[in-house]
Order: sequence, then C-alpha cells, then structure tokens
Amino acid sequence: MSGFLARLRQLQAAVVKRLPRRWNRALAGALIVIGIVLPFFFPPNNGFMNATIIAVAFAVMSLGLNIVVGFAGLLDLGYVAFYALGAYSLGWFGSGFFFRLHVHVLVSPTAPVLGVHLNFVLILIAAALICAAAGILIGLPTLRLRGDYIAIVTLAFGEIIATVAVNGQSVPVGGGMTLTAGNLGISAVDPPYFPGSGSFSLLNLRPWYWLIFGILLLVLFVNLRLRDSRLGRAWVALREDEVAAVSMGIPLVKTKLLAYSVGAAFGGMAGAFFGTYYTEVNASQFAFGFSIFILAMVIIGGIGSIWGALVGGLVLGYINNYLIPDVLNDLPSKFGLHFQLIQVEFGIFGFLLVIMMVLRPQGLIPERRRQLELTAQIAAEDAQLAEAPTGEVTVILPPGEGAA
Amino acid sequence: MSAAEGPVPPAGPAPSALLAPAVLRAERVTKEFGGLRAVDDVSVDLPEHSIVSLIGPNGAGKTTLFNMLTGLYRPTQGRIVLGDRDITRSRPDVITGYGVARTFQNIRLFGAMTAVENVMIGHHARMRAGLFGSIFRPPWVRREERDTRARARDLLAYVGLPRAVFDRLAAQLSYGDQRRVELARALAAEPSVLLLDEPTAGMNPRESAELTDFMRRLRDEKQLTILLIEHDMKVVMGVSERVTVLDHGKKIAEGEPAVVRTDPRVIEAYLGKQD
Repeated sequence: MSGFLARLRQLQAAVVKRLPRRWNRALAGALIVIGIVLPFFFPPNNGFMNATIIAVAFAVMSLGLNIVVGFAGLLDLGYVAFYALGAYSLGWFGSGFFFRLHVHVLVSPTAPVLGVHLNFVLILIAAALICAAAGILIGLPTLRLRGDYIAIVTLAFGEIIATVAVNGQSVPVGGGMTLTAGNLGISAVDPPYFPGSGSFSLLNLRPWYWLIFGILLLVLFVNLRLRDSRLGRAWVALREDEVAAVSMGIPLVKTKLLAYSVGAAFGGMAGAFFGTYYTEVNASQFAFGFSIFILAMVIIGGIGSIWGALVGGLVLGYINNYLIPDVLNDLPSKFGLHFQLIQVEFGIFGFLLVIMMVLRPQGLIPERRRQLELTAQIAAEDAQLAEAPTGEVTVILPPGEGAA
Repeated sequence: MSAAEGPVPPAGPAPSALLAPAVLRAERVTKEFGGLRAVDDVSVDLPEHSIVSLIGPNGAGKTTLFNMLTGLYRPTQGRIVLGDRDITRSRPDVITGYGVARTFQNIRLFGAMTAVENVMIGHHARMRAGLFGSIFRPPWVRREERDTRARARDLLAYVGLPRAVFDRLAAQLSYGDQRRVELARALAAEPSVLLLDEPTAGMNPRESAELTDFMRRLRDEKQLTILLIEHDMKVVMGVSERVTVLDHGKKIAEGEPAVVRTDPRVIEAYLGKQD
C-alpha cells in the first residue's frame, strides 16, 4: 500500500516536473488558435480589424529590427529602407507598373495583361531576398564602427532609399518606364491571390488578417529558433565583447552581415504586405519617423526580447491605429478643447516613451539575460554592502578551492 | 614553494621537448603604432608540447606579441607560422579555427551569458550549423548542439568550476571562477596551442601554485603547447622549459629559466643598472 503511495508521489513529481514544458506548448497552441479565430468576433471590415492587421504587420517589423538591434546590438536607424524596398518589390512585381513587360506567374486569371504579376508568395520571397542583399549593403560600411556611428550610417542609408523612392520617377529603366512613381505612387497593385482562397478585398479584411498572421508565425518561429542556436549565441557574444568573440572563432563580418540581412528580410516581407494592403506604393510613406517608430516598439517591448518585440509592436500598433484615431480622438472636445487627439499623436508617443523609461526601462517583457543582469547587479551590490568584511574572504578562497 | 628558492628542473618531459619541431613561430616580427615600436624584431619558437614563458616589465610588448600571434594585430614586418602555415595575415577567428586559443589579461567573458554558454561560444569554430541549419534544426544540428553543451559542462568541471554555478551569468561569478570559465572557454576551441595572458593575476600564492600544477596537467592531458605571459616568477621558474624576456619591444634574453634569471641584462631590465 505504502509502495503504491510512494509510486503515486513519484508520478506526481514527474508530472509537475514536466508541466512547464507542456504548459508552454499548450499556451502557444491556445494563442495560435485564438489568433486564428479572432476575426470571427468582429465585423469583417471595421476599424478594429484594420488596426489589428496593421498592428500585426508592425509586430513583424519589430521582430525583424529586434534581431539587428536586440540580438546583435547594432543600432539601426534606417529600418524604413527595408519597408520601402519590400513595398517596391510588391509594386514592381505585382502591378501594371512595368507596362512593357507581360509576365504572369501563378496569379489570378483576372490579373491585368500589362506589367509583371507574380504570386504574392513569390513576391514575399523576392522582397526578403532584395532586402537581405540591401541589408548586407548597409552592413558593410558599418562593420568597423560602433554604437552611435552605426546609427548615423544606417540613418543616412534610410534617407538615401527614401530620396531614391521620391526621385525614382525620373530614373528611366528603359522602354519609357521609370524606377518608381515617386509621390504619385504605384497604384492598382495586385491583391494577394491563392488558388481556392477567399478574395482579398477591402470589404472583407479577414483573409488579409490570416495572411499577415501567417507571416507573423513564420517570423516568430525563425526568431525563436535563431535565438537558441549557434548563430544566436554568436550575435550575443559579438554584442557583449567583439574582441573576445572574434578570438573565440566567431567570424565578425559574416555574423554581423547575417544579422543585418535576416532583420532586413523580415522588414521587406512586412513592407510587401503593406504595399498590397494599402493598395499603393507611394514614396511619401517612407519617412524617417517610421524607423524611430519601429525602434520604439523594440525598446518599449524590451530590447533583445522576442516576446517584447511582439508585444511592443502590437501595443504601439493599436495605440497608433485604433486607440488614438478611433477611440480617444474626441476626448479633447469633451473637455471643451478645440483639437483632435490625432493632431498631437507624436506628443503622445514621446510622452509614453519618457514614462516608460522612467517606470520600466527594461521594457514590457525584458530579455531573460538583461533581466538577470539587472537583478544580479542589484543583488551583488546589496551583498557587498551587507557583508563587506566577510565577503572578501570568500572571494579569495571560494569553497571547494582545494578540489581544483 | 621551493621553486622560488632555486632552479628546480621542470617536471614532465625535460629539455628534450625543446628539440621538438616548433608548432608556432614568430619570425622577426615588428609592430609599430605610429612612431612607437611596441615589438621590435622579435623571434619566438614554441616547440611542440612545451611550456614557454614570456616575461618583461610592463609595456615591454608582451601582450602586443600575443595579439599578433592570435591575429588581432597584423605585424608591420615579419612572419608568423603555425605548423607549415603562414598565418601572418589570417583573421583571428580563422587562426582560432587552426587551433590557437587564448585567455585575456583582464578577463573578457560575455557577462550576459551563462558560464556554460560562454564555453559553448569557445566551441563555435568547431560547429557547423549555419543560418538555415539553425532555423530548420535537422537532427545533426540538434546532436551538435547537445554535444557542445555536454562538452562545455565537462570542461567546466575539468577546470574545477562548482556545478552549482554552471548556469549562472558570467558577470555574477567570483573572480576566481571567472578565470576558470575563461580557461574552459579557450579549451573548448580544441586548441593545439594555448596562449595564457597573466593567468595568475589577482591570485594568492596557493592559487598560483595550483594553477602551475594545472598547467602541466593541461599540457599532458590535452596535448597542448602553452605560451604564458607571467609576472609571478615563482610560476615562471616552476613551470616553463624556456623563457623569453622582452624589454621595450626587444628580445633581450632567451633560454632555460635558471640561465635567464641570472642574465645581467634581465636583472637590469627589472631592477635597473647596478653601478
């Protein structure tokens, strides 16, 4: 009898020990299911649905930038460049813009005859590849730089791409076609098309949501895999101490460029999605403020933390596209003030950032390492203050010294 | 420790080791920073399976020579040869891949990584998983990851780190434990040549003595050749088969410890001229 009880207790211990892992899996599964059925709880084309789609796309960008800034510690202020290149990939390969060419690959039979029309998945891949290459291009001149100087070079790169986008309408690429349509915008871009899928129209936003949710899951998966891998460790090592990292056999150039290009590829995928979702690729979309906006998502979420970047992207996305324009916009008028909240949007974001830095500088969901680092530092300082006289003895002769 | 009182013959394979072919060789290397010659026409041979010490007053150019041997600096003149390979212009990570690992004078661990992760970084050059391997994680990548982790734990146990702190962040470890992790990290690169930059700095005499014994054990058990920068003469005299003395970037003496310590130029470099 007692043997049976003991065995039962063993079983219980084993179950408890295994629980966290299972729980994580179950939690992830539940969240994915909730994510998939979410659109059924809202009208298919209301403002909240629209805000959700944009917020999820922001989260994809935030996860991409987090690889560069968070994992590898390279402060990139030109992330808008990859938004632009991703969106132009869509404009080039999914519209009638290059009207001299007639290329159709796996697209809806109703697609226009003129122009290049590739399937959206192919465009996503093209956007990722183009941005990965551009990421390497931007990475090369920053390899010998550190900190603030990387920020300056990447900022300039973002501005260059934005300027090229504006002036591209006077850059001929042959046959009377130009590189971009500048501030006129490339319009009438193809909606995504998958055989057997529902139609992607602005009357029903649900397919759009599922599409960007799928991209988010993909990006999340890649992020998680990379974090706990040889490459992810190498990024953190380079961030912590470059000299020690290269002395331990980590190739500096290759590892840094991989961080730039993987982060850029995700930005490009979100950019391509925005291109088709906004039904237009317009040079005026690619302003410097966008880079800062994405960076703010990473910082508010918790630099280097995957779940932080996700939550940061969603939170700022919802505040920007739902809370301020749809919910609280009339708030000032209720107090007899003659302005709309949307007019002081940037002021609100600035205020939020300041509040965040004062109250929770490590971000909403801090990275495990940084959290440990912060708490460990405090604990170490406390310990030093508390037992300074005896503390020294243990430092010189740690227990188990003789065993070495 | 009797090693300080008089010349004690080095343990292990004695001077015969010096006849072994050189595994790492610096040939007349010079390093200039602007107008300053930090290292001036220095040649050093590391015979296989030996322990060689590099000594000299502060600023003599010892660490600069180390940095050239590991590829962090490029020599202004001269050649560095590893086995039959000219590595003068090789990148540091490539040289690590060839089998040269090092520790640093002021410990340089990755503070925000655990002890085990630090040692796993040391094994980086011996791993193969790239971008897509890391993302898709096929069975061979899982195995590689698991083996690397197990090896890291073994190495940490080997250098005497208490098991309880294996998964603690490097920044949280005591000074002595940080030194151990750094040594384990260098060993994880599976080197044939190990460069130790003042490994006993900050240690008390007992710890230094233990490390001296440990270095011999390392050389024999891991088939290593060790080059050592050291200020503690007890350690230098006790462990090395050959000593090279640098002063103001120039090599002023070289030979067996007992001979070098009586060399008038060495005494002059350390104590000043006797008049």
